[in-house]
This record gives sequence, C-alpha cells and structure tokens, in this order.
Amino acid sequence: MRPFTYARPDAAADAVATLAADPDARFLAGGTNLLDHLKLGVVEPTQLVDVTGITSTEITELDDGGLRIGAGVPNSDLAADPRVRERYPAVAAAILAGASGQLRNMASTGGNLLQRTRCAYFADPTTPCTKRDLSQGCSARGGWARYHAILGASEHCIATHPSDLAVALVALDAQVQVLGADGARTIPIAAFHRLPGDDPTRDTVLAHGDLVTAVDLPAPTPAVANSTYRKVRDRASYAFALVSAAVALEVREGTVVDVRIALGGVAHKPWRATTAEAALRGRPATDDEFRAAIAAELEAAEPVESPLGGNAYKIPLVTGTVVSTLRGLAGGVA
Amino acid sequence: MTTTIPMSITVDGERHDLDVDPRTTLLDALRERLGITTTKKGCDHGQCGACTVLLDGRRVLSCLTLAVAKDGAHVVTADGLATDGELHPVTEAFLANDAYQCGYCTPGQICSAVGAIDEARRGMPSAVTADLAADVTLDRSEIAERMSGNLCRCAAYVNIVSAVEEAAHR
Ligand SMILES: Cc1cc2nc3c(=O)[nH]c(=O)nc-3n(C[C@H](O)[C@H](O)[C@H](O)COP(=O)(O)OP(=O)(O)OC[C@H]3O[C@@H](n4cnc5c(N)ncnc54)[C@H](O)[C@@H]3O)c2cc1C
Ligand code: SF4
Ligand code: FES
Ligand code: FES
Repeated sequence: MRPFTYARPDAAADAVATLAADPDARFLAGGTNLLDHLKLGVVEPTQLVDVTGITSTEITELDDGGLRIGAGVPNSDLAADPRVRERYPAVAAAILAGASGQLRNMASTGGNLLQRTRCAYFADPTTPCTKRDLSQGCSARGGWARYHAILGASEHCIATHPSDLAVALVALDAQVQVLGADGARTIPIAAFHRLPGDDPTRDTVLAHGDLVTAVDLPAPTPAVANSTYRKVRDRASYAFALVSAAVALEVREGTVVDVRIALGGVAHKPWRATTAEAALRGRPATDDEFRAAIAAELEAAEPVESPLGGNAYKIPLVTGTVVSTLRGLAGGVA
Repeated sequence: MTTTIPMSITVDGERHDLDVDPRTTLLDALRERLGITTTKKGCDHGQCGACTVLLDGRRVLSCLTLAVAKDGAHVVTADGLATDGELHPVTEAFLANDAYQCGYCTPGQICSAVGAIDEARRGMPSAVTADLAADVTLDRSEIAERMSGNLCRCAAYVNIVSAVEEAAHR
C-alpha cells in the first residue's frame, strides 16, 4: 500500500477545501470499500481525510414531511429507524438485503452511494480496465461478464453499480445534499450516478472534493408506503445482486394509480424504469400488464455475450423479479 | 518515509498507547503490534468475518478499519468477553453445542453472535424479518441471516446456529 497521511478535520468546509486542493486526497468514511481498494492498489491516495466526525449521524424530520438522513448515518441504523421501516419500507429492505451485519454497522449512507463497481477486472490492477484508467481497454467485454450491464452501457465500460440502497433511493426520488468548494447544492438521486459514456472513470456527477452531507427522502406517498425491495443473488445472503428491483405501487379498484420501479444490477447506475412506469399508469394491475410493461422497458436491453459467461439471463430474471414484486404489492402472491 | 501517529486504544479492558503508520488496520494493530492474536485474519478484505471484534459495543470487521481512525476506542475480542473467570454465555453455548471444528473462525463467530443477539434485542430487523415494523424473534432463519457475514471453512454452521439460538434464549 502506498503511504498516505491521515487527517481528521473539525469542519466540513475544511475537508472539502483539503480535497479540492489535492487531487490525490480521498475522503474516508466507514472504510469498507476504500480500505479494500487501498489494499488491492485500485486507488493510491497520498492523503485520507476522515469525514466521520463531520458528517451527521442523525435522521431528522423535514418540514415537508420527509426525512433527512445524515451522510454519516450507519447503514444498520438507517435500516432500523422505525420511521424508515414504516414510511419507506423499500429503503430498509434494500439495506438489509446487502452486505453483512458487521459491514452495515460500519458503512455510512454517503459511502454507500459512492461505493465503486464490483467488476472483478476493476478490482484487479493487473488487468486492463477503462474505469481505472481511461487509456486502458475493458477486460469484461469478452471476459467474465455475468454480473454486467444490459442497459445504458458503452463500448468503454459495461460495469454495474453495486449499491442496493441507491436503487431504493432512485425509486423514491430522494435528493442528495452536497457541499462543494463553491457551496452547497442539491442533486436529485436519479441525476447523481452517471452512465459510462466515454468517461467510465466517473461514477457520479460529483467533482473531486464534493462532500455528500445528507440524503433527503420526500414525504411518503401511498405508493411509497407500499414499497419493497427484491434482490436476486447467487446465494441467499451476503452477496451482491444479480438483479434487483425497488418497487412502489398504489392500486385503486384494480387500477394502477401510481408506480415507481428502479432496477439494480442492470446498468452503470440504478435504472429508473420510466418506460414501464408510463406503460402501467392507469392500467389494470394484472400479470399481463406487468409483463408487457417490463418488456417495453427491456426492449432497449443489449445483453453481453461472452465465452466466459454472458448476461442474457438477466432479461428473464428482471422480468420475473419485477412481475412478482408488483403482484405482491398489489396483494397477490409474490 | 511515513510518519507515525500516536494513538491509544483499550482492548479487553486494558489501555494501550502506540504509534501507528496510518496504513495499519485495527486487525494488524491487534495482532502484529499488541500481540493479541485471538482475533484472526482470514481474507483481509471484509469477506469472511474472521476478524470480527466489538468496537464501542458494535460488531465490526477489524481488517477494514484503520487503527488511526479509532483513537480512544474500546475494543472487545472473544478473549475479553469473559467476566471474573466466567465464560460469556455465547462462548459457553459454542462449547456446549460443538459449534466449531478447527476453531479458526470461532473468535469472529463469537463476537459476531454477541453483536447479533444485542442487535435483535434492540429491535433491529434483518432481511428475513417478515414484518419490518414488528419485533424480532431470533429463530434459526433469523440467526442464519444475521450470521451470514461469518464464513466457516469447516462448515460448522448447523451447530453454530444452535449455539447462537441457545445463547439468545437464555
Ligand atoms: C464483502 C462485502 C459485501 C458487500 N455487499 C454489499 C451488498 O450486497 N450491497 C451493497 O449495497 N453493498 C455491499 N457492500 C458494500 C458496502 O455497502 C460499501 O462498501 C459501503 O456502503 C461503503 O460505505 P463506507 O462508509 O464504508 O465508505 P468508504 O469505504 O469509507 O468510502 C467509499 C467511497 O466513498 C467516498 N466517500 C465516503 N463518504 C463520502 C461522503 N460523505 N461524500 C463524498 N464521498 C464520500 C470515499 O472517498 C470512497 O471513495 C459490500 C462490501 C463488502 C466488503
Ligand atoms: S466493465 Fe468497466 S469496470 Fe469492468 S473492466 Fe470494463 S471498464 Fe473496467
Ligand atoms: S479477515 Fe476481515 S473479513 Fe476476512
Ligand atoms: S471451525 Fe474451522 S473455519 Fe470454522
């Protein structure tokens, strides 16, 4: 591991200024992703700025009926908060579906959103990876691509975003509060993570030194109160998603009045299934309608073929996951 | 040249002052600097749970924790769970249920179980909790889910679940 210095500033503005002035500095929160990458040599910062003392660990009520989650709130505390469990069940369910008890105790809300892809080549500096270094190629195309994207990928990168929490936040239209060198700003979560395009080195729209200070959940709607998270993985626990879905649904007299669907494990960012949502609004809450809606969304899918394992299996897997989750929320057997 | 940083840490009730290279993990500080080898290194990447300790009362992975970030913290390893020469109820239950084979994962399993039982008592839900808004009962499926971050290469899982079940219902 390359040597680095360690700083623990008392003020968020100091942390932001330190990073803004030093391209080789990184924020440290729970360390569960960063420490792994330091050991692997995926990132080699010369300075770590510990943000655990300057990011809030509180969950507070907003005037509009929503909740503000401090960036320092541990994942386990967020999932256990009675208000979150009752008003935003998809958020609690998404966190609980990820990692392990120990990791959720350590991981922060901010760090969770900023975690990097689990693409095996990204984590292995001996293999080419455009996300690590723009001058290299992508080893996953034609390589081990089972976990990779079917939507919104580019020729440069087919990685998926690994966060479960982020998928639920996208379904619920959360807002990310950010402090940058030029002051504070708010970024809608759907615009926070990027598609790879021609610069896969950037996972989010944040500039170097931008500090996530909080995540705001909007006041719950009836659909959000009737929301959940379904994750499909290679084993029952302690594994990243093959595919996942955060779904919120309100049905009145058999008709879909409100629906939100966000997909995990399919793209470089949590994928809001707006085509499927539009197809369902005002339609009968039946399996046939659910199936047609997700089929419309997946028309744009481009599975990757590879001798080492492709990902075409994700199309039927996403379809079944979304249909059965919608059916469960509509009162049927999930 | 790396500069070291002075820090202190209390492990199993005993305070230690040391200078650490900022790169030192809590796990390496325990094992290599303080000679406390109860806590085991399996993967060193957060994937196996062998290095689990209780940090200020919560179960965490010491291999993904920087020592320097935990200045002043209280760490309890599987060794420090005993009080006045009496084994902790979880440790007792591991013995009574033969919940290990080689024993390498055991200190991490025991610390994790202590943390998991405490989390359930505080009402924290898990992925298999049927009603997220209701209280938690630690049945076998809850225990298996809550202990999933601790791998056992000897696959002593069945008896580990029994041990945790027994300790939880004392
Ligand atoms: C074995 C294993 C299994 C896992 N399984 C899952 C899973 O199933 N699902 C899942 O979603 N996750 C999983 N994770 C990932 C885990 O959720 C993340 O590592 C964790 O959420 C990161 O949070 P942290 O506070 O530890 O971040 P850190 O590791 O401290 O930081 C991660 C990144 O975020 C940056 N950062 C941290 N805080 C801020 C901030 N406030 N503002 C701006 N940048 C910041 C850091 O500079 C760094 O680049 C797993 C991890 C491991 C090791
Ligand atoms: S998919 Fe992206 S992260 Fe994986 S090797 Fe290709 S460029 Fe790197
Ligand atoms: S050694 Fe820490 S999780 Fe494996
Ligand atoms: S008892 Fe041998 S690894 Fe668990």
